[in-house]
Amino acid sequence: MNDEIIVSDSELVEPAVVHAGRRRSEWLMTIREAWRMGRTKIGVGIFAFIVLLAVVGPWIAPYSPTEFVAPPFSSPAPPKMWLGSDYIGHDVLTRVLYGGRTVILLALAATVIGLGLGVTLGLITGYARRWIDESIMRILDVVLAFPQIVLTLLFVSILGPRLWLIVLMVGISHAPRIARVCRAATLEVAQRDFVHAAEALGVARTKIIFNEILPSVTSPLLVEFGLRLTYSIGLIAALSFLGFGLQPPAADWGLMINENRIGIVIQPWPVFVPVLLIGILTIGTNLIADGLGRALIGIERDTGVE
Amino acid sequence: MPPLLKLILIRIGLGILTLLLVSVVVFAATQALPGDTARAILGKEAANKARYEALRQQLGLDKPVAEQYLTWLGGVVTGDLGDSLVSDTPVTELLSRRVQNTAVLVLIAALLSIPLSLLLGSLTALRRDSKFDLSVSIGSLSLAALPEFVTGIILILLFATQVFTWLPAVSRVDPNVPIYEQLDLFVLPALTLTLAVAPYITRILRASTIEVLESEYVMMARLKGLSERLVLNRHAVPNALAPAIQVTALNLAWLAGGVVVVEYLFAFPGIGSLLVDAVANRDMPMVQAICLVIATVYVLANLTADILTILVSPRLRTGLR
Repeated sequence: MNDEIIVSDSELVEPAVVHAGRRRSEWLMTIREAWRMGRTKIGVGIFAFIVLLAVVGPWIAPYSPTEFVAPPFSSPAPPKMWLGSDYIGHDVLTRVLYGGRTVILLALAATVIGLGLGVTLGLITGYARRWIDESIMRILDVVLAFPQIVLTLLFVSILGPRLWLIVLMVGISHAPRIARVCRAATLEVAQRDFVHAAEALGVARTKIIFNEILPSVTSPLLVEFGLRLTYSIGLIAALSFLGFGLQPPAADWGLMINENRIGIVIQPWPVFVPVLLIGILTIGTNLIADGLGRALIGIERDTGVE
Repeated sequence: MPPLLKLILIRIGLGILTLLLVSVVVFAATQALPGDTARAILGKEAANKARYEALRQQLGLDKPVAEQYLTWLGGVVTGDLGDSLVSDTPVTELLSRRVQNTAVLVLIAALLSIPLSLLLGSLTALRRDSKFDLSVSIGSLSLAALPEFVTGIILILLFATQVFTWLPAVSRVDPNVPIYEQLDLFVLPALTLTLAVAPYITRILRASTIEVLESEYVMMARLKGLSERLVLNRHAVPNALAPAIQVTALNLAWLAGGVVVVEYLFAFPGIGSLLVDAVANRDMPMVQAICLVIATVYVLANLTADILTILVSPRLRTGLR
């Protein structure tokens, strides 16, 4: 190496560093842009309300969730039992107040697993290309051939309805979908100058992937997080509803729907209230995802990035 | 057109490869994992060593895994999916009627959702940012977020129990009565599936139609002074066809999984509710068969869509991806 090349290398480093500074704020910019939209604010408001309900619920609940307070399927009788009793005589309001934590926590865990796995695979396939890319994407296609709930049920059938398994499988079933988004973003970023600069400097590939590329693809991943969280909530609740999630006597919204649906004609509240809460929770997270998505498209249009 | 044919053949080859790998996953998940089928069947009785070993031998679990897989795959290819562990009847026999019910259900849902989303997607794209567009956008965004069982239960409360009692809340289709005489049982499940899938597709179609409308060739056609009708019919629609095909495939593929929860909710006798029962009973041959059927539908739907897309889109016909 002669001096000239070293000089030109240091010239390349400067814009790369500047760029990195701007890139770190990219996801902040997306959030700020999204926050300007009414839908994002409504979404965050809904999400915060449900989370608050789930967190504070157990403290303000009038009874214990496993306490028998009335005959089965009693109608609401305020001020003691605002929502009546469930199929074996538990207080419905109490169980509603207790039953949100599990859905939210399990869904968050599944989303984080899916994101971690999907992002890693997306970065590797987007940056490595060639046979590594080809073979990993082929394997992901196989996972994609199973609808998410079917893939989860396939493994539940042999290992039994365990919570860790459900969370893990929902996460794994998200991974190829997230990986595709991350791969597409990585392919584009890998062509930018600061990556070429880092390559020319001989920076290790893993360092390039995590220090240079990852900060640049955070915005689309933010959108993915919102979207996958929405689906995780639906999937986790659906699995509980099918009887493969939490088991009685646990208080859980999905399980409550399953337990009480036989009494839907005489006592609809233990079904309707959990359904309503799961419904508005997913609408909330989807509004956030949509706001972030729109913000991202807006920013990309403004900065001219395709 | 050899390059076109080659493209299609490659796509078919990849589809077959995916299906083979799918069968490996199904097999590996149900037969090669530590908690094996024999243990699943026996439950606590698995402690009885002699019975456990005897059952393993009967199921062929004592043979090497590769040999087990090939035997199983051979059966699958020739239509022998084994016997149900619960009822000792061949899986195919139990499946056939169920597959038929589910197929009718999915067909009804597809016939409702595809025209509906095509209409809403193109109308909202044409009247972009109008009040109509905004309300469809917010409605579809909210509906797309809802899990199927939430929509389904709201429909049950609305139309079958609390508000109106127009429709049956459970859809126990009678196998001894022709389907067309009990179509009322299909209404709520099909509507649930439609409401779950249509918003999603509407949004994709709106985006792709806008993309086409803003494209250079549509602009060119307008600049040439063609009437709006001609621009739409001759230039916009053919190019929006490819996304429409993709979306139909997506629709079918999604419905293949969506039926699981919806059928269970309505006690509808299809493969979805059968899968839930099979998983609860640990009926492995049944689980394997249904997972294979659903994944195959998914892969075939995508494969067909890809081939049709290659055939209809002018750009893909020339340039390979």
